[in-house]
Order: sequence, then C-alpha cells, then structure tokens
Amino acid sequence: MTDANTQPIVKAVNIKKTFKDVIALAGVDLEIMPSEYTALLGPNGAGKTTLVEIIEGIQKPDSGEITLFGKHWSGNKDELYKQIGLSFQETKFEDKLTAAETLKMFASFYGLDNTRVEEILNIVNLQEKRKSYVVNLSGGQRQKLALGIALLNNPKLLILDEPTTGLDPTARREIWSILHELKKTHGTSMILTTHYMEEAENLCEKIVIIDKGKVLAKGTLEQLIAESKTSEIVQFKVLDKSKFPDFSKFSDLREIQWEDSTNIVTMNVDNTSSFLPKMVSYLNNAGCKISELRCRYVTLDDLFIRMTGRKLTD
Amino acid sequence: MLKQFTQLLSIQFKEFFREPGALFWSFIFPILMSFALGMAFSDKPEMSQHAAVVIPASDSSFLKTYLNNNCTKSSSQKNEYEKNVDYKKLGKTTTHFIPASWKESEIMMKRGQIEIILTENKGKINYHFDPANFTSRLAYIIVSGMIDGKNLLSTKSVIKPLQTKGTRYIDFLVPGLLAMGIMSSCLWGISYGLIEKRSKKLLRRLVATPMKKSLFMITMFISRFVFAVLETIALLTFAYYVFDVTIQGSIIAFAAVIISGSFFFMGLSILLASRTANTQVGNGFISAITMPMMLLSGIFFSYSNFPDVMIPIIKYLPLTLFADSLRSIINEGFGVMDIIQPLLILSITGLTTFFIGLKIYKWY
Ligand SMILES: Nc1ncnc2c1ncn2[C@@H]1O[C@H](COP(=O)(O)OP(=O)(O)OP(=O)(O)O)[C@@H](O)[C@H]1O
Ligand SMILES: [Mg+2]
Repeated sequence: MTDANTQPIVKAVNIKKTFKDVIALAGVDLEIMPSEYTALLGPNGAGKTTLVEIIEGIQKPDSGEITLFGKHWSGNKDELYKQIGLSFQETKFEDKLTAAETLKMFASFYGLDNTRVEEILNIVNLQEKRKSYVVNLSGGQRQKLALGIALLNNPKLLILDEPTTGLDPTARREIWSILHELKKTHGTSMILTTHYMEEAENLCEKIVIIDKGKVLAKGTLEQLIAESKTSEIVQFKVLDKSKFPDFSKFSDLREIQWEDSTNIVTMNVDNTSSFLPKMVSYLNNAGCKISELRCRYVTLDDLFIRMTGRKLTD
Repeated sequence: MLKQFTQLLSIQFKEFFREPGALFWSFIFPILMSFALGMAFSDKPEMSQHAAVVIPASDSSFLKTYLNNNCTKSSSQKNEYEKNVDYKKLGKTTTHFIPASWKESEIMMKRGQIEIILTENKGKINYHFDPANFTSRLAYIIVSGMIDGKNLLSTKSVIKPLQTKGTRYIDFLVPGLLAMGIMSSCLWGISYGLIEKRSKKLLRRLVATPMKKSLFMITMFISRFVFAVLETIALLTFAYYVFDVTIQGSIIAFAAVIISGSFFFMGLSILLASRTANTQVGNGFISAITMPMMLLSGIFFSYSNFPDVMIPIIKYLPLTLFADSLRSIINEGFGVMDIIQPLLILSITGLTTFFIGLKIYKWY
C-alpha cells in the first residue's frame, strides 16, 4: 500500500514533439502522484494539449518515455483506457443523440449499465437535460456532458483539457465542486490544463507552468512563490511619465515593470510596509503624481507574467 | 461485448432516422423521381415545343399567312400562336410560334426558351438550329412537316407502342434508381458520416475508451446495409403498385447483386473516409465520384448515346455494372450465373477497397 502510494501514476520523461518547424514540446518531464491534482498552466500554443494528448496515448512523442500506472501505451491500450477518464479541448458529440443516449453509449464501452448513467446525470447535474439532443445543449451543458463521460468509469486518473474554458463563473464553480468532491470521495488523480490562475489555485495542489514547450516551474503555489523570491506587489498609475524618477538606488525593490499602454507600474518588493513610505516621499520629491495605488500579495498571475513575459490570456 | 454491440447499433440507427434530410434523400426522393419520370414518359406523352418566327415586313409573307390561317392565337400569351397536332399513337404535340426579331430570337435561343428559329428568304423557309441538339432536330422534323403539309404518320407504317413489361421507360429507370440510391446512401451515409465524426473530434474521443473499433465498423455496416435493403423494398413496392414493375429474374440473383453493390460502395466509402479530415474536402470527393457516375452510368438514359470510344469504359464503371445487372435481372429475367462477372468484380473490388481503407484508417 505504501509502495503504491509513492509510485507515480503518470511518469513522463523528456518528452519531445515537433510539428514541421514548430517545437511543441522541447523535453518535458512530469510526474503525477496518486490523488494529486496537477494544473498545467500556459498561454496559447504553450504545448499543453500536445502534452496531455501524448499522456493520453492519442499522439506519439518523437522521443521520451511515458508510463501510466507503470505501463507503456503500446500493447496496453484497452487496459489503460479502462482506468483513465478524459476530455479533449474540443469534442462535438453526435448532434441528434440525447445527453442520456450519449452517456449510455459510452457506458457500454466500459460494460457499465444505466444505473451508472443515472449517477453521472446526477453528478453533473444534467437530469433535466437528459432528453435534449446534444445540438440543443448550451456550451456549458456540453462541457458538463463531456466531464460526465470522463467520469463514467470512475477513473483513477482524470485528464481534462480546458474543461471550463468559455463557462460563466457559476458554471465554472459548479465543475470545480464536482472535482473537489471526487478527490475527497475517490482519491482520484487529475491533470488539468487551464488558462485560469484561479482555477489552478482553487483545484490543484501542484502547478506546472509551461511555455514554448518547456516547463518553466513546478511545485505547490507556496513553493513557486518562495522560489520566485518575491511575495509582495506594489502597483500604481503614473500620471506624468516624464517626471518618473530613477528607482535604481532602492535595494529592497527587486523588480520594476512598466505597462506602456496604461502607464501602470508594478513593483516587486521584499517588504511593503518599509518600502511604501520611502517610495511615496521619493515620488513626491520628484513631483511625480500617481493614482490607483494598490498593495497586495503575489499571485500566480504575477509569477506567470514574470516567467513568461506575457499574460496567461494573451 | 453484446451490450456494446447493441448500443452502437441502436446509435447508428438513431443517427440516421433522426436526420430528416437523410430519410428524404434515401427513401422519398427515389420514389418521387420514379413517379415523376415514370409519369412524364408514360405511354402517350404530350410534347410541347417553341419556335421563334422572324416575320419579314412584306405583306406577302408566307410565315405570316401560315400563322394567321393555320394556327390559333394563344390564349395565355398575347402575340403567340399555337398549333396542336395529334399524331394519335405518337401523342399530342403543341407547337408555340413566337413572332420576334432576329435579335430577340437569338436571346431566347441562348436562354433555352426555344428550340428553333424560323426565317423567310425569297419565299423559302429557313430553319436555324443546332443539329447536335436532339430536341431541336425533333422540332425541325415536326415543324417542317407541318409547314410543308406533310403527315408524319405515313400510311405505309404503323406505330405500335410497346406495352410489354421490361421495355417501358419505367422498367429502365427503376433498376437505375435502386443502384443510384444505394450508391449515394453508402457514400453519404458512411463516408460523410465518418469524415464528420473525425472533423468533430468525436472519432478520437470514441477510441480513447475501451471501445472495440471493429464493433463500431461492423454496426455501421449493418445499419447502412439495413437501410439499403429498406430503400430497395420501398422503391420496388412503389414501382410494383404504381407501374406494375416486377422482378422477372431470380430473386437470389437480385439479392446477390444488391449485396455485392452495397459491398462495393461501402468499401469505397471506407477508403474515401480513411484519411479525409475535413467535411468540405469529403463533400468534394463524394460529389466527384457520384456525379460523373450518375451521368455516365445510364441511370436516367441509356449510355449508348455516348461516343463509341467511351462505352467500353462506361460499361465497367461500378455504378454501370450494378445498374445493368439489376436491369437484366428485373427486365430480362437473368439468373445468378448470367451476372456472375459483375457480381465478382463488385464484391472483390469492394473487399479490396475495404481492407485498404481499414489499413490506412486514421482514427485520430
Ligand atoms: N497537429 C498539429 N500540426 C502542426 N502544429 C501543431 C499541431 N498541434 C499543435 N501544433 C502546434 O504546437 C504548438 C503547441 O500546441 P498546443 O495545442 O499543444 O498548445 P496549447 O498549450 O494546448 O494551446 P491552447 O491554450 O491554445 O490550447 C502550437 O504552436 C501549435 O501550433
Ligand atoms: Mg490546448
């Protein structure tokens, strides 16, 4: 038992994948432990989908090794697919089948009967839509259906590619609570790709940030913040850019960033309480007026911008 | 396994029966077609043709006199003249004469509104038309006959319309429609269906489960084959009750040809769908295959009118083999041994394309 719990469920070593001239993955390592939720965060084109599809056995890596539950994909397809549940970034189910019929069809692949279909309809809260054709479901309902299909076989490992993209905040929270519940009751493991920091923070204890096919950082949110050696942020708007003084003498200011379009300055500092009074008087002396001053703790967003130089949603 | 099989099969049926378009094209359309064409070309056809007449200004115009004395003023179209001739067993022919300038006549010809243009030169009637156009040629024969006062029904010859089963147009048409229906429902139903599932990424979602791919394919074949049989029965029943079309040859031979024809087009469908990722491309492929065959393979009219060099090729087009075999069983009373060659060609090529298609099939 102890042994099983210390063996990773997913082990990916040095995964590389190139499409023509695009390097989608440039040597990625990933380990998922039992009942661990891991978020893959990255901007568009980072390689998230390519990575999860390689883990899912849908795409083949150019090189590198991948095992699920200690097994390779080749020769173990049926067995592995029985144990995992997944949803792709975009799947359109058959238009003229109802939600319940779609679930029933997938259930039959796992040898499951209608009781399980009913359970799933309850879990994803689609009982009222059971008789609606897929074509008549809203975007959010379709995503819940896709999640329901992923959950059918009570998978030990869930792999979800952007399960909440395009959903309203309520629908998103609904999906989060389903996933929280699953972890509590079944000890499921999950790999989830997302553009939403909030989602990663809320759902996953482990976060992997990838960009341009490389892992930039991984660990718990606390570890990432500690590693980045910044914890506090001071942000304000400069009204007259020409009067903005030189801050290079401030030793407790780690980093300063300008956003040209809005004239918003973001500063990473060690200790806001000691830095702030100095900063305000320094700006006053220079005659530089500011507005919208804010101080806050560092977020995943800030880390991400620091690491990739762009916003997640860019 | 059994559960998977029954689920997949029921899904395949539902998908089809819930698509009103598919139902229309495979069941209603062939019946409407046979009805419309069967009626239009039934024993005593009424024909109507249009001739533009360029009348010269002079009072002594022959054409002008002819129109005034021998034709009636059209009741619906002012300025137009009509002449009805009943050739008894050849059927009625109404000729519409439309007085017009040369320019107007040319425009009407370009628009396909008339078949022939009549002018007058030094007391002679000139007929202007494209001799390559059969309807124009026919119009020339009838109109010149009328104007010259000739009777097309010679006293030396007697017209005997054929009424024997198997020689009527409807007998020619029904087997062709059966073959065409099976071709299009296989190509559109299987090929297009699979390509669409691939482009929706549904195919890859299906194979990312323990689903048996073979069951998926088998259930699809079974369901499409059942449709092909239902289609055949529907059209044959209709043709039997309305036009008294019956299968004169061996029923076993008929079933064998339906099976091998379906087989061929299913195999072709798999091959077509094996790699095509996008529905527009799929659409193009399918149309590029079905359209020429529908025109060339003698579905609506005999391919014997095509140039001689093409006929040997046309004869071996799959749809031609299929339609001709059905025709000879229905109309000429052929048995299995008489159609063994097309039967084998269709089955073997069907099997080959099927396996090649599966071999190179892209699920992802
Ligand atoms: N089949 C393919 N053919 C060619 N290039 C591809 C293919 N699939 C992915 N790529 C390229 O690989 C890179 C990574 O794509 P991927 O889909 O993994 O990104 P992603 O992180 O999932 O992005 P998004 O957040 O937009 O979903 C992109 O530059 C993409 O253009
Ligand atoms: Mg993606």
